[in-house]
Amino acid sequence: MSDFKPRIVAFVCNWCTYAGADLTGTSRMKYSPQVTIIRFPCTGRIDFMLLLKAFANGADGIIVSGCHPNDCHYSSGNFHARRRWIVFRALLDFLGIDVRRVQFSWVSAAEGAKWAQLVNATSESIRQLGPFSGFHRLRGLGVE
Amino acid sequence: METLANIARELLAAGTVQTVIGYGHGSGEAALTRTHTQTQARAVFIRDVAKAGSLIFDASCQQNLAVYLMKPEVRRLGKAALVATPAALRTILQLAAENQVSDHDLLALAVNGQGEVALLATLAAIEAHVAALDNDLKPGEIAELQKYAALDLEQRRQFWEEQFSRCLKCYACRGACPLCYCSRCTVECNQPQWIPVPAHDLGNLEWNVMRAMHLAGRCVNCGDCSRACPVGIPLHLLNQKLISEVLDNFDSRSGMAAKADNAMSTFKPDDPEDFIR
Repeated sequence: MSDFKPRIVAFVCNWCTYAGADLTGTSRMKYSPQVTIIRFPCTGRIDFMLLLKAFANGADGIIVSGCHPNDCHYSSGNFHARRRWIVFRALLDFLGIDVRRVQFSWVSAAEGAKWAQLVNATSESIRQLGPFSGFHRLRGLGVE
Repeated sequence: METLANIARELLAAGTVQTVIGYGHGSGEAALTRTHTQTQARAVFIRDVAKAGSLIFDASCQQNLAVYLMKPEVRRLGKAALVATPAALRTILQLAAENQVSDHDLLALAVNGQGEVALLATLAAIEAHVAALDNDLKPGEIAELQKYAALDLEQRRQFWEEQFSRCLKCYACRGACPLCYCSRCTVECNQPQWIPVPAHDLGNLEWNVMRAMHLAGRCVNCGDCSRACPVGIPLHLLNQKLISEVLDNFDSRSGMAAKADNAMSTFKPDDPEDFIR
């Protein structure tokens, strides 16, 4: 298991976290390459179904990240998203799905170092949890 | 149930409503299925004064008749009087809060286990009536949720995997739910295909998660999803879990007011975020 490389999908908002991740790169900071970044207009656009689809398609862990409270480009997208996550996490936990597989965070456009830390920490914690075989096993007929 | 029939006759004769949606005797023997359906009552749509005598109300009348308020073919019948259990009254208020029904569409004949009937002519009257009821989860329901919460993660996963493995994707839960009224459901979208059509484990999980999430902050705990499920999946548990979460985290109850924000489409700046890094 020590050579297990987790597949992490990051759903990030365009205005803060994506720009923050850009800053990580332009600052020449190195961080775990296990992450696939998907850019969204806003965390308010990140539907819970997208997270399920990421797991279904082989993700071992997920990062969802956007603007800090009160910094949303659309004023309240992240506030609405936060409520959705609260409920979604509770539902996942109730269904026996490990919520440690989904890491939520606020990373601003100025927090390149925080992005690197977040990905590294998440990558490490997911590596310790191991492959998400419990979910990947569910792939039955023809959903590719 | 003479009073129910009498009220129905008066309302129809006076032209106050064009149809009375209530319960009548169903066909067949009392069937005790894997779900907790008792005997066979069915919805009846009374439009003729002479037929008002067929209205019944007893312990077998559990269906949330508010589901019909959103059906186009029922709406075309005109203003309705709806025989409404407490859960159906909450449904009406929730539908009103979502701008789906107004005072012009209906009045309610509130019924309870004691056989009392109250004519509630406006949403405001329904609101006042509901406010006097106990609308929160019952102690037994909370105890059941705690029972599952006490299991470890893997036990819960196995429990739900077994439950969902029986799901047929028949969408009876969706059809029975008065708050699943989208004219086009995500399930019918196939570009992209969000929910796979065949009833396999992954699609069954995704469907049931989606159903629960789309009812978060809206479900009024009528239990019709579980009653409708032909394979006896305890869907109400998922709804009750989210009802308790929405209450605990947002101090919000659905189906209490005709004008209210949905818990999931509003926010407070200080909503909990201890899980966000």
